[in-house]
Amino acid sequence: MHESSHPLAGLRKRIARIAASGGFESRPAEGWLASGHARFDDAIGGGLAMGRTHEFFAADALDATSAAAFAALVALRTPGKAPLIWLRTSDADKRSGHIYAPGIAELGGDPDRLLLVEAADPKMLLACANDAIRCAGSAAVIVESWGKFPLLDLTAGRRLALGARDAGTTLFMLRLNSVPTPSVAETRWSVAAAASRGLEADAPGAPAFDLELLRWRGGPAGTRWRLDWNHDEQAFVEAALSGALLPLPARRAMASHGAAAA
Amino acid sequence: MRLASVDAAALAVGLRPGMPLADARAQVGALAVVPHDPVLDQDWLDRLAQGCARYTPLVALDAPDGLILDIAGGEHLFGGEAGLVADVEMRFARLGMTLRHALGQTADAARALARYQVRPAPDEASAIRRLPVAALELEPEATTALVRAGLKTIGDLASRPMANLAARFGADAAMALRRILGDAPSPLDPRVTPPPVAAERRFAEPLGSSTHATKILAELAAEAIEELAERDKGGRHFRATFFRSDGLARTIAIETGHPTRDADLVMRLFAERMDSLADPLDPGFGFDMIRLAVPRLEALGASQLKLEGGAVKDAAIDELADRLATRLGRGRVRRLRPADTHIPEQAQLELPAIDAPAPLPWQAPEAGEPPTRPFHLFDPPQPIEVIAEVPDGPPQRFRWRRAFHAIRRYEGPERIAAEWWRRRDNGGLTRDYYRVEDAQGRRFWLFRHGLYDEKPDPRWYIHGVFA
Repeated sequence: MHESSHPLAGLRKRIARIAASGGFESRPAEGWLASGHARFDDAIGGGLAMGRTHEFFAADALDATSAAAFAALVALRTPGKAPLIWLRTSDADKRSGHIYAPGIAELGGDPDRLLLVEAADPKMLLACANDAIRCAGSAAVIVESWGKFPLLDLTAGRRLALGARDAGTTLFMLRLNSVPTPSVAETRWSVAAAASRGLEADAPGAPAFDLELLRWRGGPAGTRWRLDWNHDEQAFVEAALSGALLPLPARRAMASHGAAAA
Repeated sequence: MRLASVDAAALAVGLRPGMPLADARAQVGALAVVPHDPVLDQDWLDRLAQGCARYTPLVALDAPDGLILDIAGGEHLFGGEAGLVADVEMRFARLGMTLRHALGQTADAARALARYQVRPAPDEASAIRRLPVAALELEPEATTALVRAGLKTIGDLASRPMANLAARFGADAAMALRRILGDAPSPLDPRVTPPPVAAERRFAEPLGSSTHATKILAELAAEAIEELAERDKGGRHFRATFFRSDGLARTIAIETGHPTRDADLVMRLFAERMDSLADPLDPGFGFDMIRLAVPRLEALGASQLKLEGGAVKDAAIDELADRLATRLGRGRVRRLRPADTHIPEQAQLELPAIDAPAPLPWQAPEAGEPPTRPFHLFDPPQPIEVIAEVPDGPPQRFRWRRAFHAIRRYEGPERIAAEWWRRRDNGGLTRDYYRVEDAQGRRFWLFRHGLYDEKPDPRWYIHGVFA
């Protein structure tokens, strides 16, 4: 009796209870947002875990579109009509451009699933993100920010991550023109545009992405991938010139494409 | 410069509206003059009309300085006509307004009595007959002609055959007379149409705190929603008006993307709106009445929950969109819809999600082809400097945002002509679009604005970035 009324004992009990219930990390994810590329998905345990936070850093300010498109495609390739909630600040239209629905439709995504939210400033963006992740039923929530995001410190990041986990919402933090900083994200990626496989007459081909896994809670990081987006199969596929970091002459690319077609 | 309006003291020393300012200054040395601002006057009249909505929902503006209230059937709430008039007088006196008022069987009669009555009369009919002919508001010449003919009052005119009046002064004069006499209808054009569903609460003692007012609003919301449920309707707009005891009123409105009968949701949206107000709800000397109106209704049947919970999830997203739109502004939560044009920046519409725009089909991708439209679009396009091999050939390298890009692959041009069928000047210049990829593998959408035979030195722009 005396023991339990002691404040220290009470705290110990609470800690034991939290530890027993599984804590923050040990709860298994409810599912995975797969990329469709088997080797890529297997390497990170099935895909991007649902109900968790994932960070996408654009390798360079000019890679903003590649990072945004990768996050959007992973979310939009899930079947169904679940909306993709995309939060950005008012100046994003000028910096990285308007999100252009005809382009998304041509990538095979359904632009009707997009719900765009425009916040006036980063503070409002964070407040709206906190509301958006607590709303179950979305395919994912993308929070797009440009440059340093001092408001998103460890506390704010942890609050977002916990909110997302409780509601089962997948949160994609899209960090453009920014350098990776410590955070509680499940995975952290650096995304860059990659040279595409050329088509006939030296035309640019399907979207290609250079990905680097900077951090993964569940395993080793540092892996690099080069993926193409195939909109007919709605999946990421192995880049045709995998491993060839040096751009091959255009003629070779054409020839290989011709051979593949034949 | 002339006097637009004068106060009682100025009238007493002989100043009149319409008098030149110089004459007035000569007549009265210490004259306080304020520039006339008709827009502000109109605004003030509108605010007074909003405050008068406490007496009746049918309030019409009689610009520039009059209000007509249809009080039929509502005056007993204020202790009869006399009580209502006393209440109006008390509130307007608090605002420092001088009031002239009259009650009449028709709107035109009341208006004429308020504006032109000079002699008291035992009843309304005789009061109207004693009004001067100026009450008809005819042309000044016509009024003078009537007075010269010895017809000085409405009663004089009414005793003559109407046809003679119409023959001499036109059908409008006869109509004006019949309206004042009540022989012809004088419809009101009310400032606001009464909302289909409304709940209100009056207080004997004004409420001094906004928190208490919010609690009352929640009760009103529950009442209004009960009425909505009886009629199988849901509300899309909700408008709360807080009437202050000094006669002014503050209206706070919310809207939802789908018809709703959820009182908690409505109150959450109201709380969201009140938190985001630039100037918070100020009780002043207290609120003495709160009204919640539902001006926009839509059919909403009894809801049934889906077993798999799909409806609940959709509802959660809709509520999120409503809440964010209430906080940020309705235009800041958007959905994308296609528009039937080939001008790239006009091919998508960003519509408020709260209007629940109907989905339309998008252009499907061509199998095996890379996308021809970018993921990000710049609107307006950003100017770039381009070096091309031949003037109307594809670009070789370009400079954008102070960085050079060497082009390794390109496809184009895709020629997009201006919409010459819409504009008289042929709609502007033709654009030649190129899909290009630079040495780092980034894909851009560039265009040359104008063909060389349209313009001597056409400029280049970047319009978008591909994934």
